[in-house]
Amino acid sequence: MITALLLFWPALAALLVLLVKGQGAKKVAFIAALVEFALALFATSVFNSQSGSFQFALNVPWVPSAGIGFIIGMDGISLLLVLLTTFLVPLIILSSFKHNYKDPGVFYALILFMQTGLIGVFVALDAFLFYFFWELALIPIYFICAIWGGERRIPVTFKFFVYTIFGSLLMLAAFVYLYFQTGATATSAHSSSLLAFYDLALNSSAQGWIFWFLFIAFAIKMPVFPFHTWQPDTYAESPAQGTMLLSGIMLKMGIYGVLRWLLPVVPLGVSQWTEVVLILSIIGIVYASVIAIRQRDLKRLVAYSSIAHVGLISAGIFTLNEQGLQGGVIQMLSHGVVVTGLFFIIDIIYSRTNTREIASLGGITQTTPALSICFMVLILASIALPLTSGFVGEFLLLSGVYQYNGWMGAAAGLTIILGAVYMLRMFQGVMFGTKSETTNSFADLTLNEKAVLIPLVVLVFWIGLFPNTFLSISEPAVHTLLNVIKR
Amino acid sequence: MQEIVMPRMNQDMALLCLLIPLLPFIGFLLNGLGNRKFSKGLVGFIGCSTVLVSFLISIYLFLDFKANGSQAYTVDYYNWISAGSLRIGFSFLIDQLTLLMLLMVTGIGFLIHLYSAGYMSHDEGIGKFFSFLNLFMFSMLLLVMGSNYVMMFVGWEGVGLCSYLLIGFWNKNTNYNNAAKKAFIMNRIGDLGFLLGIFLIFITFGSVSYPQVFAEASKLTGLDTPVMIGITMFLFIGAMGKSAQIPLFTWLPDAMAGPTPVSALIHAATMVTAGIYMVIRSNVLFILAPTTLEVIAIIGAATALLAATIGLVQNDIKKVLAYSTVSQLGYMFLALGVMAFSSSMFHVLMHAFFKALLFLGAGSVIHAMSNEQDMRRMGGLRKALPVTFITFLIGTLAISGIPPFAGFFSKDELLAHVFEHNKILWGVGVLASFMTAFYMFRALFLTFFGKFRGPEEQKHHLHESPAVMTVPLIVLAILSTIGGFLGIPEVFGAEHVLGDYLAPLYTYARSINPAAFETGAVSHELEFILMAVSVGVAVLAIIIAYFMYIKKEEVPAEENARLAPVHNLLYQKYYIDELYNSLIVRPVMWLSNAVHRLVDVIVVDGIVNGVGRMVILSGRTLRYAQSGAIGFYLLVMVCSIALILFLNFFIG
Repeated sequence: MITALLLFWPALAALLVLLVKGQGAKKVAFIAALVEFALALFATSVFNSQSGSFQFALNVPWVPSAGIGFIIGMDGISLLLVLLTTFLVPLIILSSFKHNYKDPGVFYALILFMQTGLIGVFVALDAFLFYFFWELALIPIYFICAIWGGERRIPVTFKFFVYTIFGSLLMLAAFVYLYFQTGATATSAHSSSLLAFYDLALNSSAQGWIFWFLFIAFAIKMPVFPFHTWQPDTYAESPAQGTMLLSGIMLKMGIYGVLRWLLPVVPLGVSQWTEVVLILSIIGIVYASVIAIRQRDLKRLVAYSSIAHVGLISAGIFTLNEQGLQGGVIQMLSHGVVVTGLFFIIDIIYSRTNTREIASLGGITQTTPALSICFMVLILASIALPLTSGFVGEFLLLSGVYQYNGWMGAAAGLTIILGAVYMLRMFQGVMFGTKSETTNSFADLTLNEKAVLIPLVVLVFWIGLFPNTFLSISEPAVHTLLNVIKR
Repeated sequence: MQEIVMPRMNQDMALLCLLIPLLPFIGFLLNGLGNRKFSKGLVGFIGCSTVLVSFLISIYLFLDFKANGSQAYTVDYYNWISAGSLRIGFSFLIDQLTLLMLLMVTGIGFLIHLYSAGYMSHDEGIGKFFSFLNLFMFSMLLLVMGSNYVMMFVGWEGVGLCSYLLIGFWNKNTNYNNAAKKAFIMNRIGDLGFLLGIFLIFITFGSVSYPQVFAEASKLTGLDTPVMIGITMFLFIGAMGKSAQIPLFTWLPDAMAGPTPVSALIHAATMVTAGIYMVIRSNVLFILAPTTLEVIAIIGAATALLAATIGLVQNDIKKVLAYSTVSQLGYMFLALGVMAFSSSMFHVLMHAFFKALLFLGAGSVIHAMSNEQDMRRMGGLRKALPVTFITFLIGTLAISGIPPFAGFFSKDELLAHVFEHNKILWGVGVLASFMTAFYMFRALFLTFFGKFRGPEEQKHHLHESPAVMTVPLIVLAILSTIGGFLGIPEVFGAEHVLGDYLAPLYTYARSINPAAFETGAVSHELEFILMAVSVGVAVLAIIIAYFMYIKKEEVPAEENARLAPVHNLLYQKYYIDELYNSLIVRPVMWLSNAVHRLVDVIVVDGIVNGVGRMVILSGRTLRYAQSGAIGFYLLVMVCSIALILFLNFFIG
């Protein structure tokens, strides 16, 4: 029941928000999102973290004659991503308080609808249900970008649309094919449930094909090189909250898809192509990092850094060893927290100076101790300094990749050096040096901004100092996953 | 590493051990969060007192350790990271090496904190300064106390961060910021090596915790196996970065952009010796890889010589000291390379005394000269700054290896070991030692002797520093004078206090390679000869410096003067920075632009936009039947069906 509640509450709240007139909508949406977070915390408190199976499961026949069920449930990996989503959404809503977007009711309702879609992706245990929520999460974000975005929003959103439709198409095709391979159930000839997919024993050439259909679908979303070019543009043109939703939560859909619907479903396909995926991922790490070095726009710089970090997650989870997988899970949390914070800080800077060009900023630190500390902490987490959240993830991921292949580990490790190059360049350009005209009267964080950033900073250190809080939740699920893969 | 490492579950001891790094951390938080509200005096008090208490606890631990039979023990706090078979505990290892490093770091750290309270008293950012300094202490203490490689890495990166923050402390200045960034990035190159070393250690030994790793390693047979060379080379790459060895040394001279106490604490006495600590800590692993040791010895000797030659012609007093630090670190690695681990540690300690002293002395001079660092604008300062002069002189004598000052004993012992191992490396060491004595006395003479060469009005402002700054100088001068007695050579019939104390660290290593730890292989006559040679060259260098800079009152050429080619090459530091710039930095920058413009925007995006245009075109076609977004969905449906059919045909 708790899963269903988590799933439907944001959608219900969205309907409510639509009815609210004017800027009051943001407060209603914020409270609704907080309630959702409280629900997720409650779910965590009653979750049995010793077990690797799906809990709080619900199985309602949806199209019984076709074997399609409304099956939802959570294991440790799902739960952590639900926690991340429900933790970030209220903060993202709170972060928008200083803006007065037009049609606030619609704007906030879309965010809440999207949350239902996101939660749905993380809890769906039926392929078509998963696909349904996948699309459901996309539609609101198209509108958010296309209506509230920057000047070039229309062509950019269109590019994003083309990419994602293409990916969805491949995924749907793969699911349909897999569905037709499943055996009969009591009510129908086939079944689209996750477990039915796990039971498939396809030959390895079929798995090889299906692997690419699913992989490209998920790789576009993450994004992995060379499927990434929608991302810097989309991030740059979206409104700040859209960027935060996309980078903080939405790209985890792709990674989660790999963990839940790719690795265990076509393990033979995976083992055929692991090397290629690792090479692509590692190229992506170095490629995006190198590009990030010369970016002039803050949003684009962070967008490329995000591609690099996600490339490492992708490399790590495909090694199929425990360090790589657990590293991937914890890094999803860390990346979500850090990148949301960074985009929020960029929004703060933009709203004060009207620019995101590094060259026209500088000297901000002189008047902003609180902003400087928060920004520094997030940068340090992003470059994986020990005792911050980024270190735990990158350490485990790199150790996983290194165990798979030493050379690949070393190449992926370049992110340690290059990350420091572009992040410190950014920090120096924005915060240090002498003040420019645009930064002359830069004010420190407001109470509202602190309320967003402090929880993020606290989580950075929590994950960094006590990662086992989270690793222990996902560990049984990862074991189960590995057992399914190696069956 | 001793064979038995017992966990000690005593709650009080666990708390005491934890307090050592925790107190500076609390100081960091207090000064970091409250620095705009606190008075300067309170800031200084918080900064210094936390380190002082850590120092006192360290002394207590040191005594307690001895009283309890000198048995190494670990203190476990909690399970930090666990994923599969990888378990990393937040825990400390207390043994002889840890205790020595603790005393050095907290002791010298406290003196430098005290000095900073005076040196930085006019600076607006004193609160920030002390909070960073305390954070540095915290990180450095984690580095030396951690009981596994990942904990060492935590401290390792932490000190790198503090170094970054403190080099760029005056962050309005872009040059300083660039120096800070360069230090961090160069260190990160080394850190990647360290990290890969940790991964290989985990794969090889199934653990990253020292007791397990070393116990497993001691069971290995056969020297120079590829995996051991791999592990040790990776670790050494880490050490190269942190301890500024060729080719990763150019950040250290630039690091002098930070306030002078920072140079003394981080970039001379403590942080840069972390690489040596790492090798001594892992002596079992290095003993198993003689090839790596050979590489270490050669790189150490080359660094010692290269840095010394550059030091000969520098005019900035801090740059001279910086290159001398690089050079002295080279000596320490040279000693490690010939398996003289204790001698290296001996030199680490002595160097900490005299180099901290020299830097603080230089700081006192710079303070008096209103931030002038160019020795060409100094001269004759001994009258105005008598305490600084005497203490700086002691430091100079110590680093030059004049008996009975600290540097004499450690350098002499180190060179004797090198002589046993390889005569050529010994020759290089002696040559570097000659240059050291020369450039240090050159600095001393240019600064404190002759006529004052600065502007006239500055002459009246010259003043000795306040007691809060001179007391640390005096204490360090005393240590630099008598410190050497910790390791009086065997020839003089005394016991080698330090060598005996550290001996249990090598239990495993000794069983693997007993020959490396035999003492007295050099005959007494030979040892006296070696001593005479090293003292002789030092005295010769001093005499030459005396004739050049006191008798002839030579003043180094001004900036735009034409220099002889060799002189110019040295003055420009062999153009190594320029070389790195054109070989690495510029190509990466070029690549960054090229990749972005060509591949991302033209190739990949071109394909996508092409597909996009196709979709639009087909969308237009379909629009005849439907309108708006529904067209897309229809298209999607059609394509899906086509794909499914295609799949069924192809795979089925």
